[in-house]
Amino acid sequence: MNEIIIIGAGVAGLCVARNLMDRGAKVTVVDRFEGAGPHACSWWAGGMLAPFCEGESAEEPVVRLGQEAADWWAAKTQAVERCGSLVVSPTRDRADLARFARRTRGHREVTVDEITAMEPDLGTRFAKGLFFEDEAHLAPRTALARLREGLASDGAAFIQEDANPDIYAQHGLTIDCRGYQAKRQINDLRGVKGEMLVLSCPEVTLSRPVRMLHPRVPLYIVPRGDGVFMLGATMVEGRAGKHVTARALLELLSAAYALNPAFGEAEVLEIGVDSRPAFADNLPRIRRDGNLIRVNGLYRHGFLLAPAVGRMVADLIFDNKRPEVMDETAT
Amino acid sequence: MRDFYGTELSNGLMLGTAQYPSPAVLADAFKRSGASVATVSLRRESGQDRAGQDFWQLIRDLGVHVLPNTAGCHSVKEAVSTAHMAREVFATKWIKLEVIGEEDTLQPDVFGLVEAARILTEDGFQVFPYTTEDLVVADKLLQAGCEVLMPWGAPIGSGLGLNNIFGLRAMRAHFPDVPLVIDAGLGLPSQAAAAMELGFDAILLNTAVAKAGDPALMAQAFATAISAGQMAHAADPMEPRDMAAPSTPVIGKAFLE
Repeated sequence: MNEIIIIGAGVAGLCVARNLMDRGAKVTVVDRFEGAGPHACSWWAGGMLAPFCEGESAEEPVVRLGQEAADWWAAKTQAVERCGSLVVSPTRDRADLARFARRTRGHREVTVDEITAMEPDLGTRFAKGLFFEDEAHLAPRTALARLREGLASDGAAFIQEDANPDIYAQHGLTIDCRGYQAKRQINDLRGVKGEMLVLSCPEVTLSRPVRMLHPRVPLYIVPRGDGVFMLGATMVEGRAGKHVTARALLELLSAAYALNPAFGEAEVLEIGVDSRPAFADNLPRIRRDGNLIRVNGLYRHGFLLAPAVGRMVADLIFDNKRPEVMDETAT
Repeated sequence: MRDFYGTELSNGLMLGTAQYPSPAVLADAFKRSGASVATVSLRRESGQDRAGQDFWQLIRDLGVHVLPNTAGCHSVKEAVSTAHMAREVFATKWIKLEVIGEEDTLQPDVFGLVEAARILTEDGFQVFPYTTEDLVVADKLLQAGCEVLMPWGAPIGSGLGLNNIFGLRAMRAHFPDVPLVIDAGLGLPSQAAAAMELGFDAILLNTAVAKAGDPALMAQAFATAISAGQMAHAADPMEPRDMAAPSTPVIGKAFLE
């Protein structure tokens, strides 16, 4: 098979590249930047591999396909921590916890004693919680860097160029994985703004992602190790901008403070904002137009769904197998 | 049927557009319920970026009346500038005016509300004020130029239903010609039906539908309940009484003993 061009070196592009190389293809990855960085959504990902928790509001394919993610990332990057995830709510919002339990599976209810045993730094602040034992998390930047190193050492080429997939497709099979950058070519794509923070707070130790339910400000916090935490994330429709709003910062920080007052003394290492690419149903799409395959719409599920989507792209190319998320309505 | 600034609505459901699992589910909720108005919240930080426009376009594509709101505004100035932005984005004079006065109950700041309503009305807006059932405030809003009133059922997002039936009934009786919309606090269709039975003209809700397990089905349930309540009100319901009143006459019944 001839060389396959992949445009976009975020989580979608690299997972597609890895899947194609594993099937014996020769790949070249083209990105407008050299290496990963804050321009890409993947840079700001929480890195929760939490298909069951996502089931609270996501469609069924997210829960099912997302279950492939932890094993895939573990095999390809050794960057996966398998400690489950914990969902808690302040006492006054306990109704939200009951609702979350009803909408999801793969969890068991835990008491305050079990919570304290699992995460001593949550103390006795939360009377009840839900533990999702089979979920995992990873450090997204480490995982992407390792994926990229692995591809390079297996012979993949990386080119820095602001490429137009339509032009590349005139010369051979091209896969457009540019995320929201592809908006001009993919009219029904929309950007959903996400805002997040990286904090350093060595006083607090958490072993697993914790989600705190709140009617207005749901928060997740993912431990990165060495006292570093990722806090996210607002999901804002119809709002965009290059910068985080004061309101979002205020809400994220006060939610963290509610989780453990020691976060009041944390240092803010990074403030991030991105535009997650999504279609109307928040599910990914694979579209094919001759030599051009467009992979997009991973929404907030990049690390969770990219392994499955990458596999589908490989199945399409090598076996002519129609992917589950194939979209033939659009050209 | 009372109209809303000259617009007659095809049904009494005004549906919010926030908090749905996805825009596809949102669109389905509108389709299944036939809701005639979509409320959409704008914030000043929305800006004019293209990414922000994607969602506005989805709202326009619903093909229903758009009622932008000033949700989350805590001051007159904030609400007024949000209203101006909304007029630009959606090319409509309608504005649902919210000036929040208290963070825990999201209770309206009625003083700021009246002031903002006056400013916006003078500027050509058609204001739908989110207010309490207070009759004096309602009267001040009408004086400020509002031709629609939107009293709360209960605090926003609480799902508690109609907290003050007496106050709402008094409001209906006090302003027989003003279109009245129950805005916020409903959790169940039966509560919407009860409001329509009191003679209210429409129901505005969001969370009860968006956060239901099946939002489209819940939207349809609300639309059905609203239409049932509307019919019941039009049919002039019986008055309740303390004693039983047999529906079949007992006089002339055979004695079997």
